[in-house]
Amino acid sequence: MSDAEIKNAVFKILRRIAPESKPDQINTDENLREALDIDSFDFLNLMIGLNEGLNIEIPEADYRKVGTLGELMRYLASRLK
Amino acid sequence: MPSLGADMQEGTLIEWNVKPGDQIKRGDIIGVVRTEKADIEVEVYHGGVVDQLVAKVGETLPVGAVLAVIREEGEAAPKPALVPPVTRLRASPLARRAAQELGIDLAQAHGTNPHGEINEADVQRAAEALRKAPPEVPAAAEFRAGIRRAIALAMARSNREIPHYYLETKIDLSRALKFLEAQNQKRSVKDRLLHVILLIKAVAQALRDVPELNAYWVDDQLQQKEAVHIGFAISLREGGLVVPAILHAGRKNLDELMQALRDLITRARSGRLRSSEITDATVTITNLGDLGVETVHGVIYPPQVALIGFGRVIESPWTENGMLGIRPIVTATLAGDHRATDGHRGAQFLTALNQHLQEPEKL
Repeated sequence: MSDAEIKNAVFKILRRIAPESKPDQINTDENLREALDIDSFDFLNLMIGLNEGLNIEIPEADYRKVGTLGELMRYLASRLK
Repeated sequence: MPSLGADMQEGTLIEWNVKPGDQIKRGDIIGVVRTEKADIEVEVYHGGVVDQLVAKVGETLPVGAVLAVIREEGEAAPKPALVPPVTRLRASPLARRAAQELGIDLAQAHGTNPHGEINEADVQRAAEALRKAPPEVPAAAEFRAGIRRAIALAMARSNREIPHYYLETKIDLSRALKFLEAQNQKRSVKDRLLHVILLIKAVAQALRDVPELNAYWVDDQLQQKEAVHIGFAISLREGGLVVPAILHAGRKNLDELMQALRDLITRARSGRLRSSEITDATVTITNLGDLGVETVHGVIYPPQVALIGFGRVIESPWTENGMLGIRPIVTATLAGDHRATDGHRGAQFLTALNQHLQEPEKL
């Protein structure tokens, strides 16, 4: 899966969670929760969406590794290779 | 006119679904009432025959006003049809599926079918409008204004009527979070628990120890409630908040609580709450732990007599048995109604809350 495809999949999930948000305008080093104003429930939904959409299960212990959009993209790319 | 809580003063009848002489049974929807927050489908509480439609369509009436009179079978004297309402957006199954696929909230679609039911084309139109990303649609602005007015009414009443007292305590969550981590390692992603579930369950158990806080203050009297219905403050993405109740929270295990919270948040954010969830809370929890806030001093939602607040879990220095360490600490606050309880009972509640969180396997 290419980086662009991963990004599209992530953005689709984020738009479902925060419909009014514009994920493509988030800086890659910005904290995702703060940038999108999403709470722990929404964040869990993001994890569920990634699990269902990309078949990747991110353990809780790795949450700190996916705090920004850039970190999340890199994490997913490494797991999908 | 049914009440949907302390923030509702009046409603407008926008539709009758019955006429005098109609046979009705318990659960039938006899009309629709518009409030600040939503259109409410009004269900009848008892079956019988519609004797009289008192309210006219378009009429705005205060809470408590009689909408209709129904007569039970074989009963000579008519009786008022006092009804618990149900909030529900009318939408076809295809429309609901389309909304889910397109990732849009059904409340953003305008129903064009008879009685305002939303069809698939309405959802497509709403999705298209969202794609064009208008800066703000009037309906959304009005919705936000309505929510703010409702919050203003309830909170102003609370500050006017309730002499609040506040207590706070810091709670070590080491054991609780270790327990949670172990639980979640055994679960699939979709079955994971959030830490707030442990807080909700611990509150429900502490209310069993100090039941005076699970109560209403009505007519200068404390009315203790047997069932624990925990109102949970949910922020809306459009701004504002709603506080629906997790009904019978005390009887639910952790998985059931998580399921209930998930269901409640999802429906609260799509405007599909049921009347009992809005009106029946016996106590409220507000959790601002997802933000940077450490301590919450909340405003009690009348006629309730207590509100429990939780802040962010912070790694802090902590001593236990003379040993200094770093622990995950949460600040729990209690806002109590001083007419109903005093600081002593409030302190007992926070102590009990702490004790339950130190024994997470018993939650």
